Amino acid sequence: MYDVVIIGAGVSGGTVARELSRYNLKVIVLEKETDVSCGTTKANSAIIHAGYDPEEHSLMARLNAEGNPMFDRICEELDVPFKRIGSLVVAYDEQQTAHIEALYQRGLNIGIEKMKILSREELRVREPNISPDAEGALLAETAGIIDPMLLTISLIENAVVNGCELKLNYTVTGITKEDGIFRITGEAEQDVEARYVVNAAGVYADVVHNMVAAPDFRILPRRGQYFVLDKSEGAVVNSVIFPCPDKGGKGILITPTVHGNILLGPSSDDLEDPDDLMTTAELLGKARMGVRKLIPSVTTRNSIRTFAGMRARPDTGDFIIREAPGTKGFFDLAGIKSPGLSAAPASALYLIGLMENSGLKLLEKEAFNPRVEWKLFLERSDEDQNKLLKENPLYGRIICRCESITEGDILDAIHRPVGARTLDGVKRRCRPGMGRCQGGFCGPKVQKILAREQDRPWEDIVLEKKHSYILTGRTK
Amino acid sequence: MKSKYDIIVIGGGPAGLAAAVEARENGINNILVLERDVELGGILQQCIHNGFGLFYFKEELTGPEYAQRFINKVNEGGIDIVLDTIVTSITVDKIVSIMNTEGKRDISAKSVILAMGCRERTRGSIAIPGDRPAGVFTAGTAQRYINIEGYMVGKSVVILGSGDIGMIMARRIVLEGGEVKAVVARSSFPKGLTRNVVQCLDHYDIPLLLSHNIVEIKGRERVERVVIAQTDEHKQVIPGTEKGYDCDTVLLSVGLIPENELSKLAGVDLDPKTGGPVVNESMETSVEGIFACGNVVHVHDLVDFVTEESRRAGRNAARYVNEEFNREGEYVSFSTSGGLTYAAPQRFRYSNLPDKLDVFMRVDKVYQDQFVILENEGRELARFKERHLTPGEMVKITAPKEIFTGCEGKVRISLVPRGDKT
Repeated sequence: MYDVVIIGAGVSGGTVARELSRYNLKVIVLEKETDVSCGTTKANSAIIHAGYDPEEHSLMARLNAEGNPMFDRICEELDVPFKRIGSLVVAYDEQQTAHIEALYQRGLNIGIEKMKILSREELRVREPNISPDAEGALLAETAGIIDPMLLTISLIENAVVNGCELKLNYTVTGITKEDGIFRITGEAEQDVEARYVVNAAGVYADVVHNMVAAPDFRILPRRGQYFVLDKSEGAVVNSVIFPCPDKGGKGILITPTVHGNILLGPSSDDLEDPDDLMTTAELLGKARMGVRKLIPSVTTRNSIRTFAGMRARPDTGDFIIREAPGTKGFFDLAGIKSPGLSAAPASALYLIGLMENSGLKLLEKEAFNPRVEWKLFLERSDEDQNKLLKENPLYGRIICRCESITEGDILDAIHRPVGARTLDGVKRRCRPGMGRCQGGFCGPKVQKILAREQDRPWEDIVLEKKHSYILTGRTK
Repeated sequence: MKSKYDIIVIGGGPAGLAAAVEARENGINNILVLERDVELGGILQQCIHNGFGLFYFKEELTGPEYAQRFINKVNEGGIDIVLDTIVTSITVDKIVSIMNTEGKRDISAKSVILAMGCRERTRGSIAIPGDRPAGVFTAGTAQRYINIEGYMVGKSVVILGSGDIGMIMARRIVLEGGEVKAVVARSSFPKGLTRNVVQCLDHYDIPLLLSHNIVEIKGRERVERVVIAQTDEHKQVIPGTEKGYDCDTVLLSVGLIPENELSKLAGVDLDPKTGGPVVNESMETSVEGIFACGNVVHVHDLVDFVTEESRRAGRNAARYVNEEFNREGEYVSFSTSGGLTYAAPQRFRYSNLPDKLDVFMRVDKVYQDQFVILENEGRELARFKERHLTPGEMVKITAPKEIFTGCEGKVRISLVPRGDKT
């Protein structure tokens, strides 16, 4: 019997898991994929928004504003790369200038600090490659960029180190409640019993909710397609740059990533199927053209990857974070679209507050360790490098030459408390395959290392999903 | 390994090996070859098919056999080999920083030869739409899995791109019991060598779909299907021509990119047309004493030409170390037009020209019965007769030194149809 079961190991579930691991509670996280951070968390704009954008008085506005300042400490504790590079909303004409002034005012009302309207000239000093048609911009200095996958991996690893359990490959198929106890049924898995349930199931949050509570919201999947550009393009912009927002959302943006690439997108495709993560030529083309309005010199000639992510858009227009009406003990953390990542730390605290009000006892552990130490070999000091090399010379062997990742880094990624078991799992933790060769050179080497370290045959190593096999057998 | 060398060669593939051997044969006995893999030979080691060496050795060798000839020569002395080692930077002053299981080190050289080769263009760089399942490989990666590691990458394969590696892998898959549904090419002509079209596709009844493209990859976990469509003369998809092909694997042979990240760190000027360093008649880059050769300069289709070019680099690096290098006079640059996409080397100093200069070029499409004409300030220097030119086969002309006497500024190289009275 668990005190709390969390369904979904994305950034929402991960933040709640880590926060709950501060207390004397028996907590388990259930995840249907082969790894944590495999849903919406792995495919988004990777931005920590300043918080001027959501409607005033919404949960989104409150939790974004509260969440943003928490990232410095979390990322320091968990060794997650995070940079406050600032964001710009660019205006091209009088109407848009009025709009960014309204956003500025809204930001002030919400309580967002360090905002400024930039003049034409000030904008060009900050972003020399901006379109000649841009008349000005709203600067929000507290906006930042992050690696949401590393964040989530570290959050869950930290939770696990502090006593939380994690079960991967667990697809929840049913939930019943009897005598105040929830029973979770998994596809070909043992049932899990708990007093409290946190529904952080992302694009499936409505489905999970409806298993045990009265249906009262829907998740409307909205896909976003992106390009990732080579690091050689990394200097084309210095900030997160948005166009003036319209009805479709924040629009197609361009931003540096925390690893030095450029990300451009997303499209905004409304779909029925939450698993349809296809990219399409038409919408990628629109994303490319859209970004050229902001930065005319951008080309996708040095694209290294295209991908699509699914936003868990709620039909209510706001985050759904509450105890499900009529189902005491069942908590939704649902409809977590943008700014869900930015709000995540505050959302978790807000949710846990609601759980406490509903009777969850929060007794702090004596020995909570907030720290995850997680640095790549070449990011360490010379002194640390020399020490590590003496312990294990494999820290000196570079496996991924695009991102300068050593065999020692890959061994760490595999042997950590929440270690990688797939090629993409290694990639998310330490980046071999994220560079310009996209795993062409390092893929077979990483596969060999995974097979060796886990004592599994090569053919058993998958890319990511259960049936995403890479090899079909030995040669003749 | 010493801390100082006369010449450091970056890369132990065919280019680096030939350059090192040639430098030694020109009197340098203090050479270091740095190789990132655990053996010498580079990509040749996974090219177990034959057809290498027809020009250079006048016999047909496999890739490993061709490599071994140079490995044997390298091992004759005067050349230190350090394997399993990555070069992390090269400075203008020719300090080479390396890293391996023994740690990090800086080594200095009088001259550096860049021979890092190239990498394959990936799915991401051509943005093929669709799902992103397992089973999409670059042809070279699949070749490594099959020929070096001994594993099959799939049973039923569609190959995009008619480059040489793609065609060679088509045959390899059939020989291993797999099925190749089609080789799909965006261009209206094969991008690889004609002999590979015949020996790898025709002989095995593998359909070559020219002027086609993969417009979608389907399969959420592993590749299940691709959609192929016809393309027009601008390589745009013709709507309504889409057709599905069931398969579990997609191989990509869609181009090679010279790997010049280190060259950039050394401050070497790159040619946007080749993607490699701008080199002169001696294969010297824009940084004095830093030479370059092989696929890092421009992508070759025959290793034999890589060897010739790399010997030129090695010979001149030796001259540089021995202070025999002639820097008199101004540079004359080649400029290409009329169907020629680039020329390598890009420039020369007359005083330093050998008796005969090999110039490599590529064409943008298929041409019959042409003259390659060299002109300087309206004056024709020479013309070379070419019967059949295709983008898949590098054009090579050998120009005697004396034709360049008195040249200044730019030498224009262009194609003119034979029969035209120009």
